Amino acid sequence: MITPKLILIVIALAPLFGAIVAGLFGSRVGRAGAHSVTIAGVGVSFLLSCYVLYQLATGGWGVFNENLYTWFQVGPLSANVGFLVDRLTAVMMVVVTSVSLLVHVYTIGYMAEDPGYQRFFSYISLFTFSMLMLVMSNNFMQLFFGWEAVGLVSYLLIGFWFKRPSAIFANMKAFIVNRVGDFGFLLGIAAVLYWFGSLDYTQVFNAAPTTLPGKSLELIAGHPWAAATVIGVLLFIGAMGKSAQVPLHVWLPDSMEGPTPISALIHAATMVTAGIFMVARMSPLYELSDAALSFVMVIGATTALFTGLIGIVQNDVKRVVAYSTLSQLGYMTVALGVSAYSAAIFHLMTHAFFKALLFLGAGSVIIAMHHEQDMRHMGGLKKYLPITFATAWIGTLALTGFPGFSGFFSKDAIIEAAHESHRWGSGYAYFCVLVGVFVTALYSFRLIYLTYHGKERFVVEDKHHGHGHDAHHGDAHDDHHGHHEPGHLEHAPHEPGWVVWLPLVLLAIPSIVAGWWIGPMVYGDFFAGAIANVHPAGAEAAHGAHEWHGPLAMLVHGLTAAPFWFAVAGFATATYVYLFNPSIADKAAKAFAPLYRLLQNKYGIDDLYFAIFARGGVGLGRGLWRGGDVAVIDDGIVNGSASLVARVAATVRRVQSGYLYHYAFAMIVGLIVLLGGFWLAAR
Amino acid sequence: MITLAHYIVLGAILFCISVAGIFINRKNVVVLLMAIELMLLAVNMNFVAFSRFLGDPSGQVFVFFILTVAAAETAIGLAILVVLFRNRSTINVAEIDSMKG
Repeated sequence: MITPKLILIVIALAPLFGAIVAGLFGSRVGRAGAHSVTIAGVGVSFLLSCYVLYQLATGGWGVFNENLYTWFQVGPLSANVGFLVDRLTAVMMVVVTSVSLLVHVYTIGYMAEDPGYQRFFSYISLFTFSMLMLVMSNNFMQLFFGWEAVGLVSYLLIGFWFKRPSAIFANMKAFIVNRVGDFGFLLGIAAVLYWFGSLDYTQVFNAAPTTLPGKSLELIAGHPWAAATVIGVLLFIGAMGKSAQVPLHVWLPDSMEGPTPISALIHAATMVTAGIFMVARMSPLYELSDAALSFVMVIGATTALFTGLIGIVQNDVKRVVAYSTLSQLGYMTVALGVSAYSAAIFHLMTHAFFKALLFLGAGSVIIAMHHEQDMRHMGGLKKYLPITFATAWIGTLALTGFPGFSGFFSKDAIIEAAHESHRWGSGYAYFCVLVGVFVTALYSFRLIYLTYHGKERFVVEDKHHGHGHDAHHGDAHDDHHGHHEPGHLEHAPHEPGWVVWLPLVLLAIPSIVAGWWIGPMVYGDFFAGAIANVHPAGAEAAHGAHEWHGPLAMLVHGLTAAPFWFAVAGFATATYVYLFNPSIADKAAKAFAPLYRLLQNKYGIDDLYFAIFARGGVGLGRGLWRGGDVAVIDDGIVNGSASLVARVAATVRRVQSGYLYHYAFAMIVGLIVLLGGFWLAAR
Repeated sequence: MITLAHYIVLGAILFCISVAGIFINRKNVVVLLMAIELMLLAVNMNFVAFSRFLGDPSGQVFVFFILTVAAAETAIGLAILVVLFRNRSTINVAEIDSMKG
């Protein structure tokens, strides 16, 4: 009997099965076996997720909420494994499994020659499982499990090429920065448990409007904080770590040390959106605290604008896309902050497609360029990589919000929501997201022009060598290209195999069309019941309902609205500077040298953290080592007691002269002292 | 009139001489043995004096025992001394320090 419960269990466990087979029996199933079994697992998940979304969207199923297994029970608290599957979850499941499936296929090409092939497939399948557990969870405990599991897999994958010191540095950084966020997240969950006595979503959300108001916590003596604000801010700190919001964003650009497929899957499309999803899922709690939402909005707005600016000065093709991801996550966070949760989820969905597309496109370029990632050594690639070129344009148009592409609808909805919000900080947020559109267009088209257009800034050393060398394109880690000068290629770049370009094409399709579902998803009641966008305080989100005349009207309206002109300005600037007059870029860099340096240094945040936390941590460790371990324990307690005994013994030994008369004298003296003592005592 | 105190003082003087003999003597193990004999005699002097003073003859019986044991001890001590001289070719106290730590 095929029940919804069975289907959901299969969705969650199929990738886990693939991961276990590929990971533990990788040498036995071989390369083909590993990718077959993991792709089959994720494929099954994807198809069933689509079925679930279809059933939920058409009303075939109600909301599924059931505990499947009790992990442990302590007093009134029980930790369950359970699924809450509504439309929000179903959308996330489809996004996760579809991008994951395409990345699995792409990986066959990208990692073709890597010795860790099976391990890689095992990890990305494990990631898919973790992410599904995260989104399908019906309680905070399982959410936290998924949260930590995706963090773990992210750590493993950033450091996938574990022989590279930079990769190890990056995965340590990602893990530690996430730890900071997770600490807040854990405190938030503890606060939920403290006030509600339960970790079950439904119970907490139902009890929230009656339980939380009036309750407060004095974090600083004399300054009571509303309970809803405390919970909201603490949970959001977790989201700041996972979704890389300022000031915990520093790990995401460095995570580009990992192989490109995981940059696309984990650090662009899915895992980093876990924070966005979480806040949307917790929307009934957030709606109770304007302060927490303002905090969310300001953080998001700051991220949206200022990380985008850094993207303009980056030269690494993947890092530009990484900063773009940060900026777009900022947009989603702004949407959360203005209570436009459905707009945030909608942008999350469209962003997942076009950002995965851009990353995989960048990966395709990197393969073709023999693992050269510096855009200064690219240029003019459009004639070598026609499919990648076309899909990259589609992705960029979607990202910059070209009317009709998916990003246009989702981003416009966010900007509109920020514009209409009256919450504290919304003016700043509106400014940031609006200027952010210009910045987005600028760095996106700069990327396109530097990579695909203009003159070729690389030298092909042997043109006759030609094709048929796919064999060693996929392997980056053992550095047998390392002896090449940057910008010198063994042979001309060419389009990689179908496993690489097919996912690009398949991702390009939703990048174009996904936006047309904006009607029901953002302005309709698609998420009714799943997200608190019908709450009175969330009126901003539903603002468009009265003026919503369908996507076409929005398209026409968008052509006259400010964001579009900001995007056009960014496009024009990038076109003029990078396509026709490249020398301006250098002149501008010189003219605004302090600003340029500030952006190059990423506002000094990395250096600051490194100086304070990393150096501080190392210094503290060294201090404890020298002061505590070496000085007190080694020198003091262990060696100190030994040397004290030796020194006392050296002194006392002189008494033992070996002369009888000394001993006799000591005996007499002792006797006298003893008798004297008795005599004195008796007196 | 000779009182008990005189005997005890005599015993104490004898004891002190013997102690001094043990401490100050650095030359000869034989002198050491003599000093020990003297120490026993000092004790004997006390025994006899108190025996007479208290009218209890058992103290004098003990003196006979001590004299007997002292004679045996001297014999053994001299025998050890002979063996010591054979081994170390000396009876100089300052050179016999193998008990040193």
